[in-house]
Amino acid sequence: MKELFIDIAYLISAVSFIYGLKMLSHPKTARNGNIIASLGMLIAVIATVYLGTSLDFYKILIAMTIGSIIGAFFAIRVEMTQMPQLVAIFNGFGGAASALVASAEFFKTLNSSQEATLFLILSITLSVLIGTLTFTGSFIAFGKLQGLLTTKPVTFTGQQILNAILAIIMIISAYMIPTYGVNSFYLIIGLSALLGILLVIPIGGADMPVVISLLNSYSGIAAAMTGFVLVQTNPSAGNALIICGSLVGASGMILTQIMCKGMNRSLANVIFGAVGGEAEASSGSGKQLNIKSYSTEEAAMIFDAAERVIIVPGYGLAVAQAQHAVREIADFLEEKGKTVLYAIHPVAGRMPGHMNVLLAEANIPYESLKDLDEINSEFKNCDVALVLGANDVVNPAARTDKSSPIYGMPILNVDQSQTVIINKRTMNTGFAGIQNELFGNDNSIMVFGDAKDMLVKLLSDLKEL
Amino acid sequence: MDIGIITIFILAVFVGFEIITKVPPTLHTPLMSGSNAISGIAIIGAILATTLDGTIGTWLGFIAVVFAMVNVVGGFLVTDRMLKMFKRKK
Repeated sequence: MKELFIDIAYLISAVSFIYGLKMLSHPKTARNGNIIASLGMLIAVIATVYLGTSLDFYKILIAMTIGSIIGAFFAIRVEMTQMPQLVAIFNGFGGAASALVASAEFFKTLNSSQEATLFLILSITLSVLIGTLTFTGSFIAFGKLQGLLTTKPVTFTGQQILNAILAIIMIISAYMIPTYGVNSFYLIIGLSALLGILLVIPIGGADMPVVISLLNSYSGIAAAMTGFVLVQTNPSAGNALIICGSLVGASGMILTQIMCKGMNRSLANVIFGAVGGEAEASSGSGKQLNIKSYSTEEAAMIFDAAERVIIVPGYGLAVAQAQHAVREIADFLEEKGKTVLYAIHPVAGRMPGHMNVLLAEANIPYESLKDLDEINSEFKNCDVALVLGANDVVNPAARTDKSSPIYGMPILNVDQSQTVIINKRTMNTGFAGIQNELFGNDNSIMVFGDAKDMLVKLLSDLKEL
Repeated sequence: MDIGIITIFILAVFVGFEIITKVPPTLHTPLMSGSNAISGIAIIGAILATTLDGTIGTWLGFIAVVFAMVNVVGGFLVTDRMLKMFKRKK
């Protein structure tokens, strides 16, 4: 009877996760979806505590309190610009939790007289491998995003060969578990930790959105693998882990694909390509660009005459903390009866959808945020495109120049609008390290300066007109 | 080996692909933090692990509960914080 109750409880929680994720398909229902998913988790936890016959409630309560305090502290304190770092750390903790559960199961089988099946050894090994490499990889990703480690790719000769050798040693160690037991197991943990580090260090700062998505997927896969471990002693709990883990694994994989598509790169190229290393040296065709530099007053006059405005925010905008200044300008223009939309490139921030969150924080309504497919046909009818701290994602070379490293990458066609006003701090190149011919176009105008200062000045100039 | 488990695994992956492709790009960050919280489902394995015999297993379970709880509580809270900000036009 008790087992049936628990099975039903896990079924309810699995359904609430699926339904909760489904409600994420619209901003209107999304918040309730998240609440439903969290209730599902609560049900699963309560059912599990009820299931445990010889549980040490006191100990579990202490562990849960510690974890909750740490989690809540980070969740409440984090700034929206730091969201990629936070998700990276949480991914890491998720991976570690799965690896620890699998390890605990390993020590249990070690102590029991029954011989471990090949299936059990395989699932324990995979769970520990993926969980541990998610843990160490996530912390490296965190270090890169937080600026504690170099954002440049760290590479050395024979890196791929080393990774391959580590993988082979790991397979052998797993095979040797029945013979050498715990020593083989420790070796697998150590090598997985090392592999996690080695897989993330060669990836450059610009590719971080892919890495975060991939680690997100891994944390799910690790949970699913732990499910395969548990299912042999506790089918109900095992199934729950398999279902939820594979949901998350699939989600991370889709986001990874979207990010790769946004950069027109294959996953293999991102992981092994080490792009962004010495890129600074090569600056495209070397053609001298004739740029026109305007003051904010002159720019204000162009805005005054415009009817339709599209704002293209890049990560530079978030760095300058200029989201609120953008909204004030947009509000002012809308009050004058002009249309203002925002064009968001898939890789505009440091993680999928990052820019949308940053703009939502500044109270910009989500209906105004348009993704690449929605907005690209609008540029033809647009009077002014305002590019703020974006570079590679508006580079027309991606459409025309076959020799360009970003050729084929989907871009925002800002050059098709009547006038393009580009705000940058300097003429420095973007992540890809290439010159942008857009800046030299006849309909392009540069307004140099920090995004926030520039927007504040532009607003006061607009008000004076 | 039970083929039933593999069936569940594969079907869940398909369900995942189906729902997630419907999530609009605007919500991809909350999707990540939310799904990350869901991967904290390892918590149930962690709770069960604290009952395992032998001190090592018990303590590994204890640490796993802490870690998974960081994931669960932090993940759902931060997702809610973000989703609260998504507003319609006034």
